[in-house]
Amino acid sequence: MIDKVFPTPDEALHDVFDGATIMFGGFVTAGTPTNLILALQRRGTKGITGIANNIGLGDKLDVLCEQRQLAKMIATFAIRASGARQSLFEEQYRRGEVELELVPQGTFVERIRAAGAGIGGFLTRTGLGTLVQEGKQIVNVDGVDYLLEKPLRADFALIKAFKADRLGNLVYRGAGRNFNPAMATAADVVIAEVEHLVETGELDPETIGTPGVYVDRVVQCEPVPVRWYG
Amino acid sequence: MTAGLSRELIALRVARELREGMVVNLGIGLPTLVSNFLPPDQQILFQSENGILGYGRISEEEFDPDLINAGGQPVTLAPGASFFDSATSFAMIRGGHIDVAVLGGLEVSEKGDLANWYLPERGGGSIGGAMDLAFGARRVIVAMTHTTADGRPRVRTRCEYPLTAPGVVDLIVTDLAVIKVEPGGLLLTEVAPGVDPDFVQSRTEARLRPSPDLREMEL
Repeated sequence: MIDKVFPTPDEALHDVFDGATIMFGGFVTAGTPTNLILALQRRGTKGITGIANNIGLGDKLDVLCEQRQLAKMIATFAIRASGARQSLFEEQYRRGEVELELVPQGTFVERIRAAGAGIGGFLTRTGLGTLVQEGKQIVNVDGVDYLLEKPLRADFALIKAFKADRLGNLVYRGAGRNFNPAMATAADVVIAEVEHLVETGELDPETIGTPGVYVDRVVQCEPVPVRWYG
Repeated sequence: MTAGLSRELIALRVARELREGMVVNLGIGLPTLVSNFLPPDQQILFQSENGILGYGRISEEEFDPDLINAGGQPVTLAPGASFFDSATSFAMIRGGHIDVAVLGGLEVSEKGDLANWYLPERGGGSIGGAMDLAFGARRVIVAMTHTTADGRPRVRTRCEYPLTAPGVVDLIVTDLAVIKVEPGGLLLTEVAPGVDPDFVQSRTEARLRPSPDLREMEL
């Protein structure tokens, strides 16, 4: 019988190596794999290239800055133009201690989707005539210019779902979907934190958001309370 | 500065642009307030790029981390709401399925260029969904104060801050005026109550053409 369940988040991360590229699902508080992030902090992995929508906004990713585990972030929202409170990431970024690649959010998720779907990139008008265009190829299709955006994949994806079975089928809840389904397709090793674990066969196939084929490891955890006050 | 609308009244004026059946995305900050001023008899679907179509009011109930809008605020769901993942959400946005995006602004040029993501003097900013919304929404309304706190005009001949998208803005609503972006330049269509058109021009870097139907905003 296929059983992808690991007993603890720490054991689920046993082979995460220094210098790894790691995707993190989640949008602010929704669908964020907080227990896996805290386990990654305990593991002390260094030189990480992180790929996440946001850092320092109600997610726990900022803890990875405490021991300077991050070398680079690829994100859509990381530095705030206003607001007094700065995240650790923001402080380190402003001191030039960590690298940041900012990506428009639609381009961010579609690059991940392309990687997972075996597509060599995609064309979008988003970013044309802006700083995002720098260094990118412009492709004209039937008289319309587009930017060529390339796939984005990772060594590991740490994602969050509401429920899983032992086969790795995932059921999401509310706005907790966000980047999790795309990231599940675009990494060598996909590790899912879930609130509830059921036996294979107990999930309604109609409700499965990520089929088990994409998921390598499942770990069931009590959700860590998170909140973002803007 | 004494004349001019409050943030709430700017939001109220923007809300007057929304009609029954529209799919609308409200940006973070001032645009979020627009949902407080809708006529109760009209069904307008609010899209949040983190994966909700049809959210309702800001929720006062126990915080649910999986029920938030793109600003991270807890929201309720309106009847008929749906959830989806980010790839679907941005296909909705880029694919022209959003009728109106209401975005905040740092600067708008007379060509409708929008700058709203990066503040050079603060050395920072983030893109989030703003670029995709600016390029993808069928109509882009920018809601902002007419000038910065120290009096620098935000409506300009050209943007000095890095652009979010060139030539995308259709309508500018500020504390002083409503300005339409037309191929020939900026058309001043409404002024805030008690505000003189010349005063609006004096607070605007770009040249404004007064509309033949120029009137005071109805609030």
